[in-house]
Amino acid sequence: MKLFEYQSVKLLAQYGIPVPRGEAAETPPEAAGIAARFGGRCVIKAQVLSGGRGKAGGIRVVSSEKEAFVAAEKILAMTIGGYPVTKVLVAELVDLRREFYAGCAVNRAMKRAEFIFSGAGGIDIEETASAYPDKIRRVPLDASGGIGRLPLEEALGPSIGRGMLLDKALSVAWKMERLFSEKDCLLLEVNPLGETVDGRLVAVDAKIIIDDNALAKHPELERLRNPEEYSRDEMDARAAGLSFVGLDGDIGCMVNGAGLAMATMDLIKHFGGRPANFLDIGGSSSPQKVVDAIAILLRNRNIRAILMNIFGGITRCDDVAKGVILAKRMIDIPVPFVIRLIGTNDEIARKLLADEGITAYSDLNEAVRSAVASAGMGGAS
Amino acid sequence: MSILIDEHSRVIVQGITGRDGSFHAAAMLGDGTRVVGGVTPGKGGTLSGSVPVFNTVAEAVERTGADTSILFVPAKNAAAAIREAADGGVKLVVCITEGIPVQEMIATVRYVKSKNAVLIGPNCPGLISPGKCKVGIMPGRIHRPGSIGVISRSGTLTYEVVYALTESGLGQSTCVGIGGDPVVGTGFIELLELFEKDGDTEGVVLIGEIGGEEEEEAARYIESYFSKKVAVFISGRTAPAGKKMGHAGAIISGSSGTAESKVRAFRDIGVPVADRPDQIPGILKGEEAERRIGMQGLA
Repeated sequence: MKLFEYQSVKLLAQYGIPVPRGEAAETPPEAAGIAARFGGRCVIKAQVLSGGRGKAGGIRVVSSEKEAFVAAEKILAMTIGGYPVTKVLVAELVDLRREFYAGCAVNRAMKRAEFIFSGAGGIDIEETASAYPDKIRRVPLDASGGIGRLPLEEALGPSIGRGMLLDKALSVAWKMERLFSEKDCLLLEVNPLGETVDGRLVAVDAKIIIDDNALAKHPELERLRNPEEYSRDEMDARAAGLSFVGLDGDIGCMVNGAGLAMATMDLIKHFGGRPANFLDIGGSSSPQKVVDAIAILLRNRNIRAILMNIFGGITRCDDVAKGVILAKRMIDIPVPFVIRLIGTNDEIARKLLADEGITAYSDLNEAVRSAVASAGMGGAS
Repeated sequence: MSILIDEHSRVIVQGITGRDGSFHAAAMLGDGTRVVGGVTPGKGGTLSGSVPVFNTVAEAVERTGADTSILFVPAKNAAAAIREAADGGVKLVVCITEGIPVQEMIATVRYVKSKNAVLIGPNCPGLISPGKCKVGIMPGRIHRPGSIGVISRSGTLTYEVVYALTESGLGQSTCVGIGGDPVVGTGFIELLELFEKDGDTEGVVLIGEIGGEEEEEAARYIESYFSKKVAVFISGRTAPAGKKMGHAGAIISGSSGTAESKVRAFRDIGVPVADRPDQIPGILKGEEAERRIGMQGLA
């Protein structure tokens, strides 16, 4: 679950990490009002769940309430990285002498969590990491989740120097680690972590991604969920217990199993079609799930065919067939509906469907080819 | 032969009295697995079907001599249940559960390793040595004993490939589902090492997907250390960046974890990557057409 900058900054503040004063606004008058409290001089920042805000003109420094109003108006009308801007953060300006990068993240390859630091902050960390790998220092979080003082000093010292600033940096690092661990983050990034002209450390921008698997443990975080992160179809699918990602093709697909669902999308493309979505209906063969899945797919007006691929292990193919038959009675399916069923009770399923005039393939390639051909022929059934 | 499990493995089922636990315990018994006990706190002394239930793993291990455990425990309690298995003397722990927070898994993987046990999963279908033992939820009847090892991050996609292998006469030594999460107990390389040493395994199929760099690391390992035939399938070539595709570990982050990178890593070292699951048997049999497709793509 991705948090907006203003939500991430608020969490940092809760953990005692110095952040610029600021508040989110949804309208230009609101933004102007907040700017007034900062004496007019502040920064208006688009709140979107994608990068590239600066380049897109979504971050503007202003020096009056009026300018804040105008900037907010412009930014709230923008779409950045495919996301319409729905909020801005109005924050006090902080004059920085230097910019660092600090973050906590899961290192999959090493099966551990790490604190990551670079003396070259403020820019794209991935670029830095690939161009200058030795500018990135990684300190593993140890078994109890803490970060040892010595390895941390070694990582930060070369860029920050010794003395009070290093002490402040250590303190920030430890607080970041606590937030990362206690709130089950997948990623916690502060970029830049700035050294101000008067020697303070301030987290000027923050990005947090929470582990979806941990949300049940954190109802306070679940409340922060931003509808902007998902399309309506993705939200509804989630509510129905389905896993869904929209794409821009015209062949809808529904499959049991994430890997097989991805492979099915890939096969559609392989045979010349364009998948419209990823949809994993999971292991349950409940008819309601089949109905819900078809309904969500059909909301997409671009759909010219639907391909359903079920490999029944525990999932019984005849249960799936009953779900399909029920769906056909409940919803009008105006496009060709191609089914591939194999596995437990597949012959029973094929017979049930044949009695309803539906052919269920057993060969996957044939089924995909049929779906691609159907979509290509205008889609009307 | 086989790796990790065989006809001697003695298996307990944690969560045996739940809906999934009881169903799969019976299914495993039907497939010839020696399911010797189950664990559900508070239900010790009862029977699940014909299987004795115990209150703790330690008790179950003591009374049955079990060396293997399979977990059907909800995500909330799964990490603790895995630790309980390792503490209780289980040597092979198989966790089916999806939805465990990754930071809990980081600590749990470390813990299991410190107890010298092996963890498969989580978020996996388990493993099967056809004809000998099944510790998982895969449909036994599509498998056949044979000499092909299978290592996969997926569930039903694995069955798709296994089905193709069986249909073409290529039986399997052991099929291992390593799981779809970003941090799992056992990965490609550890299993490749085991398959390299297994006298009856002549070739291996790797089924990967987007997310992480494990396939790329496996390719580097294969280049230097693996002597047997390999065929690969990578799913997610049409997945968009930045979106989790079902599995918690199936996500392209920035430029890392793309399907293209994985496909290239294998083709660059001469390992064929199928464009379609049904091409895998032909690649293993060394059929020239399939091999060529595997190296260049686009059949």
